[in-house]
Amino acid sequence: MIARETIINLVLAVILLAVPLIAMAFGEPFYVTLSTRVAILALAAVGLNIALGLGGLVSFGHAAFFGIGGYAAGILATHAFNAEPMLFGFEGTTSMPWIWLIALTVCGLVALPIGAISLRTSGVYFIMITLAFAQMIYYFAISWPAYGGEDGLSLSVRNSFPLINTAKPLPFFLICYALLLLAMGLFALIRGSRFGAALQTARQNDTRLAAVGIAPFNIRLIAFIISAMVTGLAGALFADLNRFASPSMLSWHMSGELIVLIILGGKGRLFGPLAGAMLYVLFEYTLGGITERWQFFLGLILLGVVLFARGGLLGLLAGKARHG
Amino acid sequence: MVEPILEIRELRKSFGALKATDGVSLDLRPGEIHALIGPNGAGKSTLIHQISGSIRQDSGTIRFLGEDMAGLGMPERARRGLGRSFQISSLAPEFSALRNVMLAVQARQGSSLRFFRPVMADKSLTEPAMAMLERVGLAKRANLPAAELSHGERRQLEIAIALALGSKAFLFDEPMAGMGPEGSKVLTGFLDGLRHEAPILLVEHDMDAVFALADRISVLVYGRIIASGTVDDIRNDPEVRRAYLGEAA
Repeated sequence: MIARETIINLVLAVILLAVPLIAMAFGEPFYVTLSTRVAILALAAVGLNIALGLGGLVSFGHAAFFGIGGYAAGILATHAFNAEPMLFGFEGTTSMPWIWLIALTVCGLVALPIGAISLRTSGVYFIMITLAFAQMIYYFAISWPAYGGEDGLSLSVRNSFPLINTAKPLPFFLICYALLLLAMGLFALIRGSRFGAALQTARQNDTRLAAVGIAPFNIRLIAFIISAMVTGLAGALFADLNRFASPSMLSWHMSGELIVLIILGGKGRLFGPLAGAMLYVLFEYTLGGITERWQFFLGLILLGVVLFARGGLLGLLAGKARHG
Repeated sequence: MVEPILEIRELRKSFGALKATDGVSLDLRPGEIHALIGPNGAGKSTLIHQISGSIRQDSGTIRFLGEDMAGLGMPERARRGLGRSFQISSLAPEFSALRNVMLAVQARQGSSLRFFRPVMADKSLTEPAMAMLERVGLAKRANLPAAELSHGERRQLEIAIALALGSKAFLFDEPMAGMGPEGSKVLTGFLDGLRHEAPILLVEHDMDAVFALADRISVLVYGRIIASGTVDDIRNDPEVRRAYLGEAA
């Protein structure tokens, strides 16, 4: 017998793929862009879900990594476009795989010190210190005129991917969709692995983890870094989607949005981020069409979820999560 | 005389004006059960916490297998073979009993940085873990989340975890607490055999169990050891009777 959650997960994955295909068939590229937005936000939230869902680390600073990924794409492409050498005479690149690799590396390198310092605290202090780091990076970005400052950084054309025409909405969606599935696969592997066992124990009871001889700090730090890298990758795609690396990608609203996505969908669940991103973008689109104050209604829904459906949408549909 | 496994000298720990541990010295020798008894608030758990490394002493030394434990945290001490159970059960509540033990097996193998292979399909984890659950009599409950186990079963699970770690000494903080008479009897029999695997420092309120098991007993009152000796010595010590055992002995 297939678990109910598996069926729901499959349905969600198929819906996200079907919407843009059907939209293209009807010549409505707008819905492709909307679906791409869902895929990218879900990818960012899958990253955060490693820290928050598996490790119980409520990072209120993941916008930092989302934004760094975005600026990595923006800066590299700008240099390549203007043929202006940057560090070590490197002229930037407009090739997505290279941009992703660099975004992943930079996010990992930035997450290391942020995590190493933040993880000395826990609870509300951890939330605040991650927020503080992200805000530092945000203010740094808006006060750096070389890369647009408050105006952000525009990309003249979408970056390229070998053999695929990324300028068309559907191929670009498929790239994002494939990366999302890949990241979810990674999440599932980590969750079921030895590392995942240690990480989830750190969330449930870190004394227990220490008592068997595993230092919770190390496990959390590694999880934080992996989490940041995945979110950073999503940031690079987001900049490419909008052809714009905006400082708002770095702001605390973005960090909050990622947490909201996870709570809406179901934290720690494999498809929680996707369910949350679908709901969020759906609200944004439908409610946002009716009223500018759509976030008020989103707030009400979030309140309902927190009060009555702790497991989020997936908890509601598939029941409580069970571990082997 | 045989070299003690665990050697505690002049240990002191104060919380403000309260001297929770006030110059405690004691040994744990191979093959023995050394019981630590004393009234509530005597500092028994504080002592266990200092030995296991979850709190740091103000002064004094703790040597384990000849090595000074100063500066080593709980994970390092656990890796060197100090296995403990907690006064209030401390488990991963969402994980099944089996997964709780599997974590100990994985820690012993020193292999927590593996990211891909699923643990539930890994026989090198599940089989030893299941064997430990069988030893403590929890095999039938292996797939229940720790949170759904009874109080006594959680105690057994903590012991299974300490066993799976291959501990070279056990620190058990009230393993019988909350168990029915039948459960305590079974556990008493189990601990009796366990001492040959590794010595046990046993904090326990159940005097029947203590008198049945202990090779030596130390009595802790207000952070000081007021008496230490064989079961008979302690039973007949007038000061102990006054301070702790009362008329019950």
